[in-house]
Amino acid sequence: MMSFLRYIKIISLYDIVRGHILTFSYLFKRRVTINYPYEKGPLSPRFKGEHVLRRYPNGEERCIACKLCEVVCPAQAITIDSEFRQDGVRRTSRYEIDFNKCIFCGLCQEACPVDAIVESPNFEFGTWTKEELYYTKERLLEKGDLWEGAVASNLKANQKYR
Amino acid sequence: MEFFYEYLWPLIWIAIKIGLIVAPLMGAVAYLTYAERKVLAAMQLRKGPNVVGPFGVLQPVADGIKLLGKEMILPAEADKIIFVGAPIFAFFISLIAWAVIPFGDGLVLADINVGLLYLIAVSSLCVYGILFAGWSSNSKYPFLSSLRAVAQLISYELVIGVVFVCVILFAGSLNLSEIVKSQEDGWFAFTLLFPIFIIYIIAVLAETNRHPFDLPEGESEIVAGFHTEYSSMAFAMFFLSEYANMILLSSIAVLLFLGGWLSPIPALDFIPGIIWFFVKVALFLFIFLWVRATLPRYRYDQLMSIGWKVLLPISFLWVVVVSAYVTFGV
Repeated sequence: MMSFLRYIKIISLYDIVRGHILTFSYLFKRRVTINYPYEKGPLSPRFKGEHVLRRYPNGEERCIACKLCEVVCPAQAITIDSEFRQDGVRRTSRYEIDFNKCIFCGLCQEACPVDAIVESPNFEFGTWTKEELYYTKERLLEKGDLWEGAVASNLKANQKYR
Repeated sequence: MEFFYEYLWPLIWIAIKIGLIVAPLMGAVAYLTYAERKVLAAMQLRKGPNVVGPFGVLQPVADGIKLLGKEMILPAEADKIIFVGAPIFAFFISLIAWAVIPFGDGLVLADINVGLLYLIAVSSLCVYGILFAGWSSNSKYPFLSSLRAVAQLISYELVIGVVFVCVILFAGSLNLSEIVKSQEDGWFAFTLLFPIFIIYIIAVLAETNRHPFDLPEGESEIVAGFHTEYSSMAFAMFFLSEYANMILLSSIAVLLFLGGWLSPIPALDFIPGIIWFFVKVALFLFIFLWVRATLPRYRYDQLMSIGWKVLLPISFLWVVVVSAYVTFGV
């Protein structure tokens, strides 16, 4: 048995009118959408994006070919070969990351004793083909030079917690 | 020369008038889709189309070009002639009703005395476009959708018919211009006919297959309903006819209940009537978008029970009340 009040409520479309007033009030609220390619949301200093290989300020590459990152990588996306260079220093001859496999867990960055492999805040590196996602050592070093500023400031901001 | 002035010129003149109605109507349909996306976006705190042109105003043009450039697919199982004919028929029906709509005082293509009857007749034909499309596609979802659409449209056609009867009783005429002129003392929406106006709004939502009664197109249940198999221009024609129907039923609402081209207060009489008409139609169209942003879709049995068990009895009751009012002049 429907109570009289409930009947009045239904026949006067009370709930429906209230719903419409609510949606109408939303018409004038501030939009929350970010106009993406032109505006970007804030990123944490710990953001884990595209990997880069860093250099020392004198231009020497940081990576010492300890292969800790290769070992720790759960997706087995990193491949490293090492050799002794002309000056007798051990360095990588091959350092490749397959971004088709990479899961962006950040374990390589944590394992690295010399902060050579770091995840940059760049997340816009989509490509048309899978082959382009197969990064060679030259490519990683080049990206490192490109993103050095952002990577260094992020590492500095995070120093306290490492 | 006599032949030209006696026979040819009136024909050309009518063709020009038809062009003057149809061309702005197509523009209105295009920008109704734009307005819909913008209003929905605003109510959901999004931005809506804003890339093509300033504030995205060229978006409908871009959409139209995209649809024109696509391939029209004819399903192998479809009944080809009816399949191609259905969108053309739906589009045609949505346009012919505009012949009797007065845009201003005397601004009407055919000022016939049975205008309202003509509108009922034409809007009953709308269902055939959907029925042809659903049946000739020879596919299960369009078929289900066309069954739903036919049942829904016939149920709500009845309600709209009874609503029209109330208005006819009140105005004492079937001529749309006469109905508007009889509202000079007060718009019908703010008299005894107010509940009928609300019922008309609900019935119109069902009649145009709009939310919350868009069961013939229910995406979550039957893909896209009767136009699942359609692509390219055939799909665009269904789209155009649906939105032209929305505008048509809004104009009927404005003519019957909101005083057509009459200005709301005498002080604003200097503004031409046609502008008042368009402003009122635009405001009524906003209701469609507003309802779409607010209400979820009804279940099919709920739709039917609202139509037959609630709206129809109330509108019948109101026919009795209005008749008593008109006869005894309380």
